[in-house]
Amino acid sequence: MLPGNRKVVHAAISILAVVLLLGLSACQTGAAGPSTAAPAAGLSASAADVAKARNLTPDDVTAALKTYVPGGKYDDYYMFASGGQSGQVFVIGLPSMRLLKTIAVFTPESWQGYGQGEEDTMKILDEGKFKSNPILWGDTHHPALSETNGQYDGQYLFINDKANGRIAVIDLRDFRTKQIVKNPVMINNHGGAFVTPNTDYIIDPSQYAVPLDFQYAPISEYKEKYRGLITYWKFDRRKGRIDTAQSFAIEVPPYWQDLCDAGKLASDGWAFCGSFNSEMATGGIEEGKPSFESGSAQRDMDYLHVMNWKKAEEVVKAGKAQTINGMRVIRLSTAVSEGILYLAPEPKSPHGSDVTPKGDYVVVGGKLDPHVTIFSFKKMQDAIAKQSFDRDSFGVPVFKFNEVMEAQVELGLGPLHTVFDDQGYAYTSLFLDSGVVKWSLGAPYRTEGGWKRVEHIPTQYNLGHLTAVEGDTVQPGGKFVVALNKWSVDRFLTVGPLHPQNLQLIDITGSKMQVLYDAPAGVGEPHYAQIIKAERLKPWKVYPEAGWNARAQAKDPNATMPGQEKVERRGKTVEIWMRAMRSNFNPERITVKKGDHVIWHITNIERTEDATHGFALPGYNINMSIDPGETVTVEFDVTESGVFTYYCTEFCSALHLEMAGYFMVEP
Amino acid sequence: MATIRDVAVMERTARREGQIQFARGRGGLGRLNGRVSHVLLIAAAALIGASLLFPFWGMNLRAPQYPGGLQAQISITHLSGDVQELNGLNHYIGMMKMDEAAALERSLAVYLIPAFALLTLAAAFVRRRWWWLLVIPALGLPVVFMADLAAWLYYAGHALDPRAPLSSSIKPFTPPLLGEGKIGQFNVIASFEMGFYLVLAASILIAAAIALRWRAATTRAVR
Repeated sequence: MLPGNRKVVHAAISILAVVLLLGLSACQTGAAGPSTAAPAAGLSASAADVAKARNLTPDDVTAALKTYVPGGKYDDYYMFASGGQSGQVFVIGLPSMRLLKTIAVFTPESWQGYGQGEEDTMKILDEGKFKSNPILWGDTHHPALSETNGQYDGQYLFINDKANGRIAVIDLRDFRTKQIVKNPVMINNHGGAFVTPNTDYIIDPSQYAVPLDFQYAPISEYKEKYRGLITYWKFDRRKGRIDTAQSFAIEVPPYWQDLCDAGKLASDGWAFCGSFNSEMATGGIEEGKPSFESGSAQRDMDYLHVMNWKKAEEVVKAGKAQTINGMRVIRLSTAVSEGILYLAPEPKSPHGSDVTPKGDYVVVGGKLDPHVTIFSFKKMQDAIAKQSFDRDSFGVPVFKFNEVMEAQVELGLGPLHTVFDDQGYAYTSLFLDSGVVKWSLGAPYRTEGGWKRVEHIPTQYNLGHLTAVEGDTVQPGGKFVVALNKWSVDRFLTVGPLHPQNLQLIDITGSKMQVLYDAPAGVGEPHYAQIIKAERLKPWKVYPEAGWNARAQAKDPNATMPGQEKVERRGKTVEIWMRAMRSNFNPERITVKKGDHVIWHITNIERTEDATHGFALPGYNINMSIDPGETVTVEFDVTESGVFTYYCTEFCSALHLEMAGYFMVEP
Repeated sequence: MATIRDVAVMERTARREGQIQFARGRGGLGRLNGRVSHVLLIAAAALIGASLLFPFWGMNLRAPQYPGGLQAQISITHLSGDVQELNGLNHYIGMMKMDEAAALERSLAVYLIPAFALLTLAAAFVRRRWWWLLVIPALGLPVVFMADLAAWLYYAGHALDPRAPLSSSIKPFTPPLLGEGKIGQFNVIASFEMGFYLVLAASILIAAAIALRWRAATTRAVR
């Protein structure tokens, strides 16, 4: 090669190299990570000053550090708490204990456009009606996260309505209620929802015994006509819906069933429900008879219902159930003869039934007895094999207490509900002693010092349920317990006679438990909650594509893209396909006549996180919340003439006030 | 004795011979240069073809209410990134939609870029004096792209709809072609991307090939 040519080639190669390097660096334009300053080793002088000025003890400061989540960072866990009589579910972040969101379930909620005109939400609420009575509230008690192999999978949440005997399904992709089912045979429930380890069934037991199928019978016929019902709702995970046709129920004696839990691992295929009125007391304080409160506490023992739901499935398949209003019910006599139902005596009007992580024991909180009683599933199986039973007045086999009881631990006054950690300890709430008791499980959880009371910590006040991180799964997470106190009394600024409840975060990692934080529940009465690791959930930030129907979780046939907006009149019906985006609705002017029937579809075509638009129509009781990508529909009769201005109700942009339109109604 | 006229004749003969040698792919130096330029042109064609798969130019925008930032990229055939969001924001200041800019260029480029690559590839095998005409389009491509982009950026920032809601808040401006700028509350960083660097590299290879072949054509063949 000529010397000159070498230079040319070398020059070309060098320029090329520079160019390619520039090109490659263009590919690596990642966002610079947040600057991570080294965490403070000791408390700085200014922080110590703050502590002193605010009268904070060193324990207070540690508690604050354990709960504080700095701006821009996320909580580690989601806690889903029932909303009690608000009919809602609360989503709370741990450890900050901040309320992240309220999910509307049984009660209309106008901000999120639930039951405030939007068609699909109105239909879901309508599914929950009792006969022809619409019911627009609920008494939510026990949320249950869907499980796979006994662990939370973060896909669905189920919640019960005690007052009206209903269960709701919430989809955790968009945190919205998708279905409400009304029990067709029983009016109330309490001890639901609890799920079997792979969410095949959602357990839903009744509480106050009444005649089945909404029949009438006077109270004098209590023993003959009044019954309890434990329903197993079949969950179709593919559809994300409860399938009533595939569900079944077991008729049980009128013992006022209470709380349930599904067996897992060793006891997979079985379920356990406590009860507290085996006395079959019928009250009558107005006639000088013992009231329910004393009548139901007379006997030393009530009954834990032990059910083989796997076998019940087969009994139903074999056609041995009676179909009542579309629900297949295994009558009490069939349950007895098929060996599906057993009873275990449990002391004195107990409350919780909680299965240990390996499924080997069931822990019952004594309530009016100061013990927790631990039953061994293996011993129950042995008793069944030996056919070692007594019988109750309905012929149901009753285990002999000493043959199935594994241990009893005296904890204090009013033990209710038990959850578990990852170190072989159990935590039980004490209502009357107002606190949490930590106690040790026996083998195989702890090989020495098992079945012993370890520590008591007071909570404020009157603790009902408690919850632990993934504490009712096969692999509890430990770290935190949250106490759901019923009465807050003086813990917060006074806000009138109706006081909020107090949710207290407790650190269980140290040698002593420590209450870290008091969080008032601003509304409702969270009964129970479940805590799930945040990474298990994969919620959407926006809907998958523009024109999405949230109930069907699929494309909406009335999706309206730019250019497709129109208003169509067919006789007295006017149908509107509207498009919403920052900062206008299209169309902006609509004229109809009084007496018309309007069907209105609106699509939010945004793809950006948090770009929700609202839609309110004054005078017609309509407010809808339209999330990015969503299509909503509202239908109504135009009863008043005049000019109305519809407008965007969710602040969306600098020109949010200008995002409005005229709805003109000719007389 | 050789006169000046004789020397001129000899040089012209040698040049013609060299060209013939080059044309016939013969002669030691000519052959070597021919091979290298052959490879360079094929490589350049491949790079131009590959550039279709990559964005040519991109923008990164930062503003307080977009914690993840916004970004958009221009490829030869399409736009990608937060185009819908940027179009939405642009409509407030009366700026045209991104898709509307250079629409004609982009629709033609689908055919032109592969054509330029093929021409460059063909040039590798053509051993005529006019071979370099085939590579002119590919050679000029980076410059043409930059010029066109700069023109559209100027136009987009100046042809603002006066009826736009925020038209009084913003004066006509030119979005940056390269480097930093500010538009409203947005900090903008514009940069060339892999696709552009590929065609730039191709241009350099083509320039080198031209240089090598020119040298080969004007050098005496060594016997």
